[in-house]
Amino acid sequence: MNLIIAKFNYVLYIVLMMMGLWAMIAKSNLIKKVVGLGIFQTAIILFYISISVKKGANIPIIHHHVDPNHAADAAHMVIDAAKYANPLPHVLMLTAIVVGVATLGLALTIIQHIYQEHHTIEEDEILEQLNQ
Amino acid sequence: MNIAAQLPVIVLVLPLLSAFAVTLVSLFNKKLAWPLTVLTMTATFLATTGTLCSVIHNGAIRYRVANWAPPFGIELVIDHLSALVAVVISIVALLVAIFAKETIQKDIPNRVGQFYTLFILCTVGLLGETLTGDAFNLYVLIEITSLTSYALLAFGGSRAYFSTFNYLILGTIGACLYLLGVGYLYIKTGSLNMIDIATLIPALSGSSAIFTAFILILVGLWIKMAFFPFHGWLPNAYTHATSTVSAFAAPLMTKVTVYMSIRLMYFVFGPDYAFSQFTGPVNIVWLAVIAILVGSYYALVQTDIKRMLTYIIIAEVGYMVGGMWLGNAIGLTGTIYHIAADAIMTACLFLALGSIAYKLGSTKISDMAGIFKKMPVTFCAFLVGAAGMIGIPPTAGFFSKWFLISGGIQAGQWAFVVALLVSSLVNAILFFRIIEVGFFGADDEDEHDAVVVQRNEAPLSMLLPTVTAAALVILLGLSTSKVTSLLIENIVGSLF
Amino acid sequence: MVIQSFTPLFAMLSSLVAVFPITLLKQSENRREMWTFIAAIIKFALVISMVPIILGGQTIELTLVSLIPNVPLKLRVDGFGMVFALVASSLWIVTSIYSIGYMRKSKEHAQSRFFACFALALFATLGVAFSANLLTMYIFYEILSLSTYPLVAHHQDKEAKIGGRKYLTYLLGTSIGLALPAMLIIYNITGTLDFGPNGIMAGHELGKLLPVLVLMFMYGFGKAGLMPLHAWLPGAMVAPTPVSSLLHAVAVVKVGVFCVIRVITGIFGANYLTLHGMVPLICYVAGFTVITASLMALYQDNLKRRLAFSTIGQLAYIIMGVGLCSYLGIVGGVAHIAMHAFGKITLFFCAGAIYVATGKKYISQMVGIGKRMPITMAAFFIGSLSVIGFPPTGGLVSKLYMLRGALQADMIPIVVIYLVSSFLNACYFLPIVYKAFFCTDSESQYEDKINEAPLACIIPPVITACVTIALFIYPNLVINLVESAMGVL
Repeated sequence: MNLIIAKFNYVLYIVLMMMGLWAMIAKSNLIKKVVGLGIFQTAIILFYISISVKKGANIPIIHHHVDPNHAADAAHMVIDAAKYANPLPHVLMLTAIVVGVATLGLALTIIQHIYQEHHTIEEDEILEQLNQ
Repeated sequence: MNIAAQLPVIVLVLPLLSAFAVTLVSLFNKKLAWPLTVLTMTATFLATTGTLCSVIHNGAIRYRVANWAPPFGIELVIDHLSALVAVVISIVALLVAIFAKETIQKDIPNRVGQFYTLFILCTVGLLGETLTGDAFNLYVLIEITSLTSYALLAFGGSRAYFSTFNYLILGTIGACLYLLGVGYLYIKTGSLNMIDIATLIPALSGSSAIFTAFILILVGLWIKMAFFPFHGWLPNAYTHATSTVSAFAAPLMTKVTVYMSIRLMYFVFGPDYAFSQFTGPVNIVWLAVIAILVGSYYALVQTDIKRMLTYIIIAEVGYMVGGMWLGNAIGLTGTIYHIAADAIMTACLFLALGSIAYKLGSTKISDMAGIFKKMPVTFCAFLVGAAGMIGIPPTAGFFSKWFLISGGIQAGQWAFVVALLVSSLVNAILFFRIIEVGFFGADDEDEHDAVVVQRNEAPLSMLLPTVTAAALVILLGLSTSKVTSLLIENIVGSLF
Repeated sequence: MVIQSFTPLFAMLSSLVAVFPITLLKQSENRREMWTFIAAIIKFALVISMVPIILGGQTIELTLVSLIPNVPLKLRVDGFGMVFALVASSLWIVTSIYSIGYMRKSKEHAQSRFFACFALALFATLGVAFSANLLTMYIFYEILSLSTYPLVAHHQDKEAKIGGRKYLTYLLGTSIGLALPAMLIIYNITGTLDFGPNGIMAGHELGKLLPVLVLMFMYGFGKAGLMPLHAWLPGAMVAPTPVSSLLHAVAVVKVGVFCVIRVITGIFGANYLTLHGMVPLICYVAGFTVITASLMALYQDNLKRRLAFSTIGQLAYIIMGVGLCSYLGIVGGVAHIAMHAFGKITLFFCAGAIYVATGKKYISQMVGIGKRMPITMAAFFIGSLSVIGFPPTGGLVSKLYMLRGALQADMIPIVVIYLVSSFLNACYFLPIVYKAFFCTDSESQYEDKINEAPLACIIPPVITACVTIALFIYPNLVINLVESAMGVL
């Protein structure tokens, strides 16, 4: 129980991911499949963001008080990593979000074409048409 | 600034920029899109060949993009393996680019500009996948390749939309699993640079997070490469695409994904780690055996050549994954050699089939009657590709089988050896059926004068790449020992 | 005493290059056929030019390209290869004369394809003869299978289709399914595939794998026609007669046998096989085929099919001789390649001549034909004597060598098989000749008037029949070549 609470966000991401996966596999409506895809991708974004979370950490803008008198003081230059959140996963997820949007856009376009072609967006009906 | 030193990045930047140039140019004059594309691909081909030569002479290159030092910046790693695959990609892309002219004009006259732009972008993505040395960057490139390829495949119209949609869903799941795997790697190692991660993995070999990452990445790539049992999306997606797109996607997509899995398995996780995770390499080689048999079986029941070829691709993926997991040098040599060999053979077959489809309007086996008389040159090129698939020397396909079977014998994986032989025989039956129809005419018309056929070859812009691909199949076969001694031994030698 | 020379390569290429003018000169028959002759004569001259070198106890080598570690694409000419190359290239000239007569008279279609594929097949045949290692041999073996398929299926009717399908199924199936894995196993054990004078297996103990490998090779080179994988050969008789005569009596089938010989002598080594007790296995497998094929030949009414079964028996004969692994047995076996070739091609030429002149294919329709076609049937008689092994024909010489080889190897049952089969050979050939000449006028199906086939169909069997007799008088021509290779062994 403690483990679940301590790792709450990781549990959540897996639950979300499974929901997305279920929607993609079990739903017949193509739009719902795409929604599932979105949930799936978002779950991974959540996972990445969870990696970089630190309690009490600040945004990682490092500000050196450059003191001309202590310019050579090495101890002064040391950055305490615990004070700052890791910015890298955020940056990565920015890219992933862009990819997600592009995928979404492309998926919707293709669904439009499918609708024009088959006049339905229900998978079973499309398959029926294709098998004829 | 030395141009030669910048070649690795030129390989990527040059086609990337020209993709946008093509879009712009085609707004004004659609006729310029094709020459510009061919020009770009020729330049890319020269750049990759130049890189390959430089790798052979001076050893592997580690190129820092924008001069950011690794592990912080993105790094391009061009060793013998990635240089080889990059050259293969650029050759196939060049051939398909030349081939595209007539079919694209015929199939999608309104979207010529879009097609060439996407085509170049997809090539850039594939080249990027081979050259990058950064695990997350690889994800982005996978998605660039996938997104462009979805769009390209959807050009097939009508049935292609639905099969592309299925591919999109599965492909995205595959890429996402890979992304998740990279996340776990990052948790443990704090790095995204492949070489950096590789040095950190041995100390972490007991970690369950690393194991999770390994499985996620493996499965993610398996989905992308259509490895059994994740192969469902491939046949429909490639069959319904236009012939140019299938001639581009079929040789490259799966093969480059196999390359990525070699890169990650052997160069990031390392063979020691990869093989210690399973009780011997047994499990996955057995999966490969099933993949080969399933692919061959389904290929047998097809009546459409294009669809049949897609199932052969699934079997070929089984070859490569199997060879990779045999756990010996010769098996891996076979897999790497087969990446090149299979790419060119598949390209040869799909290009020849594309020319036939262009003239005949069909790819059904029963419609091939008299094709030998009608399009002798194209059909001969098809035969060379077929001989490669069957594994008849001196085509390249024979030598990849040679290495793979040798590897199977050395590893004592007799099931794999038998599966390879069975698949060769099945391929022989498959192609022989086509040859018979092409040579004799359809089934029940046994009179040879029943079909009066005129010679009616495809235009030169289609014939040239087809014949070149056929010549390459033989040329690669004859230069096997050069390829292995100059390139593959360098890679494999460092691992075993 | 190894000479580096391009001659064997040129000898091979002469027919490959000829493929292009032959396919391009579709319109002009005479110029096209001229190219076939030019190629055939150049080929023969080049092969002949190498004979003195080989007789002098030297070998010619040429490495073309390196393929896989330790196994280059490499040519080597020795006595064995020379015998085979001589037979194939000399008979190509004769067959070319014959095919022109046959193809024009019977107005065959697609003659350009026919002659082009023929030239290609000869290229591959010489390639097999001159191969220096198993892989090179395998490559040419496969090229031969593919290039002869259009010839077998030449008529493009249903029968040709079935025959062609059988042809490729058996030949490709066995080579990919059996010979290729066997070759790979050998390569993984020894690390080389080069034909060694005493084999390359010395020092490698195979245990139970050895008989399996031996059988895989014997059946893997399916062109050798060992039973029960022989059915392609009678099936391939649907091809036009020149194809049956040169390819299915000489080039293709002898390539199969030649490959088996190379494996026995160059890969395993005669001593190694004897030492490991493989001789009975090889001999009884071949012996079974000899007897069964001869018995089956008795029942064939179609002349070409009877000849095909006779060929199957004679091929197994050769394998049996070499499989004895005794000196005389090997000499006799290799020499029989040449002796049988001239005899059998004569028979096929005659069968074709009868077909061209009368349209008859069945033996039951040939009663009294000697009166109409005396020259043809005389040649047929000499050819059959050679196959049976009667004087004054070359067949006797090689059969005697093989018999002595069997005694040398102390294999009395094999001696019996040889004798029984020769008796059976006589049983299925002599009645044809007898009925052709000696029948009452009421039995005869032909008028008592000489009406032979065209000259181009008559001269070749006469030439080959003469050669058969010449080989009886001067057998040393062949025997010396074979023994020059044995001297190396």
